[in-house]
Amino acid sequence: MSVQEYFSLVFTDYTLRTITLGTAILGIVCGMLGSFAVLRKQSLLGDAISHAALPGIVIAFLITGAKNSNTLLVGALISGLIGTFWIKGIITKTHLKSDTALGLILSLFFGFGMLLLTFVQKMPNAQQAGLDKYLFGQAATLVESDVWLMGGVMLIALVVLVVFWKEFKLQHFDADYTKSLGFNTRFLDVVMTALIVLSIVIGLQTVGVVLMSAMLLAPAAAARQWTNNLAVMIFLAAVFGAFSGIFGTAISATSNNLSTGPVIVLIAAFFVVISFIFSPGRGLLFKQIRHWKNRNDLQLHKTLYFMYEIAKTHQDISHPHAVKILNNFQGYTKNSLKSLADREYITVDGAMWSLTPKGYEKAINLYNQQDNLND
Amino acid sequence: MKEKIAIKVDDLTVAYNFKPVLWDIDLSVPEGVLMAIVGPNGAGKSTLIKAMLDIIKPIAGSVEIFGKPYKKQYKEVAYVPQKGSVDWDFPTTALDVVMMGTYGSLGWIKRPGRQQKKEALEALEKVGMLEFRSRQISQLSGGQQQRIFLARALVQKASIYIMDEPFQGVDATTEKAIINILKELRKEGKTVVVVHHDLQTVPEYFDWVTFLNVKKIATGSVKDIFNDDNLTKTYGINYKVSVLQ
Ligand SMILES: Nc1ncnc2c1ncn2[C@@H]1O[C@H](COP(=O)(O)OP(=O)(O)OP(=O)(O)O)[C@@H](O)[C@H]1O
Ligand SMILES: [Mg+2]
Repeated sequence: MSVQEYFSLVFTDYTLRTITLGTAILGIVCGMLGSFAVLRKQSLLGDAISHAALPGIVIAFLITGAKNSNTLLVGALISGLIGTFWIKGIITKTHLKSDTALGLILSLFFGFGMLLLTFVQKMPNAQQAGLDKYLFGQAATLVESDVWLMGGVMLIALVVLVVFWKEFKLQHFDADYTKSLGFNTRFLDVVMTALIVLSIVIGLQTVGVVLMSAMLLAPAAAARQWTNNLAVMIFLAAVFGAFSGIFGTAISATSNNLSTGPVIVLIAAFFVVISFIFSPGRGLLFKQIRHWKNRNDLQLHKTLYFMYEIAKTHQDISHPHAVKILNNFQGYTKNSLKSLADREYITVDGAMWSLTPKGYEKAINLYNQQDNLND
Repeated sequence: MKEKIAIKVDDLTVAYNFKPVLWDIDLSVPEGVLMAIVGPNGAGKSTLIKAMLDIIKPIAGSVEIFGKPYKKQYKEVAYVPQKGSVDWDFPTTALDVVMMGTYGSLGWIKRPGRQQKKEALEALEKVGMLEFRSRQISQLSGGQQQRIFLARALVQKASIYIMDEPFQGVDATTEKAIINILKELRKEGKTVVVVHHDLQTVPEYFDWVTFLNVKKIATGSVKDIFNDDNLTKTYGINYKVSVLQ
């Protein structure tokens, strides 16, 4: 199947439609909520929560023997929440740093989960339950009810973000100030954390415990590069997330052996790389170009100022002078002469140059200009 | 003379990880004063204001704002945090940050509207930042960021202003502009509490002062208690006020 075939089949084929819809919704949810995780610089929190969900999945299977994903995800939700509140507890009650607490819970829960998993794998009916799919995800196992669940979580997240928009923005910018205004930041914190845990849990079946936090962070980190507006950032993150889901599914569906979760995450990572290089304003490329341009301008300005010093010795500022005089001046090149002429700061006539009134004006202003910010 | 007490701190003790950083503080700030809190780095100045604002829970003692707990009085108090306490790379504009000052009176869920925007623009004008209203906050200088924080507090139209080092890293012009606004607030009968590091300017700027170094060393009017003795007790070295003044 080619990618074109995939996109023509996506609207008719039940399985493809389910998987594509599921991964797209997951991308949207992760993009929206990941934006807040990125802004709070709590990148590791998502990682800790997703790893903490693993033992819950296995224990839910051991208790109920259920194979359907919703039951197992309830287990994931519970152990994810327990892990999260232990982390918060450790941070407030002890003097451990927050990344220490996160790392501790992450490895503790994940280690315990893996231990249970290897134990369960030896049991006869465990193979069919396919518990190991929760490690790296298996989008192919998504069914319609899973997609409804994801859609429900998306709706909840959207409503909560719209309702508490002002409070969340305030709290993520300045938590102490938020408290001083009389808002209950603990409540806001619990709501946001619960949403993040939910978004992670619905992604476990598709992307898996190990890569889930990348799914949360990558679209948001990419989106941050393109805008200085929080609402736009969240919208872009949702779009990037959705596209990662759709293209990831398309690519893995058209090349039989690639598993969907890692491909989705790779696409999201691709968005990050592109954004970090090419975004205007914050991107590396434009920063470099601006740097070159500034350096170039500085060089030109120096040359212009040198010419001005020569020109002002003469009564007529546009009196021609020999190009030769400039030869000893560091930074002067044929090109810089041409650039200055292009900008109409000087005119060049054979081996002679003369300053124009515009160039004279510019040179005077160069060094008594305090406010170069917007230049 | 019977004066109203704006902030009353009673037997306040605060500890981080069991290490007390404020020890048994008693303090009354009369209404209408412009008070400096001075003390060396790590003396607990920021902690004291955070405890006043109910941001940090003390292990003992209490704080009252006009005779009631902070929870009931938060609309009376405006806070200017230390500039370095937030991430200035947050995706938002100067005007938007100043609008945050209106959130407290709006309460939960309600969005700021035209009225709130008008108030925010007035505050920006007052601190001389109107032309920067649409600037992304990361593209403001340190002094401009400080002015934005001040504007955000002014929007709150509170009775008490509590500020953590508002003069940190600002040039002489901005410092003058800020102190003029603070003196104007005092003229309107507001109470202003400022964590301040520049001892030279204490007598010029303030009429009330609290010396703090884990314990409260002294508190009272600048005229009465801003002297060698208290400076030495607070900073542990021989200070000569005569040199300062
Ligand atoms: N969140 C925290 N966790 C643990 N210790 C803290 C915390 N915040 C402050 N401290 C400690 O409490 C003491 C008082 O800190 P505080 O910030 O109140 O001092 P300060 O007087 O404001 O100092 P500065 O002049 O440097 O701003 C210091 O010893 C500091 O190390
Ligand atoms: Mg401080």
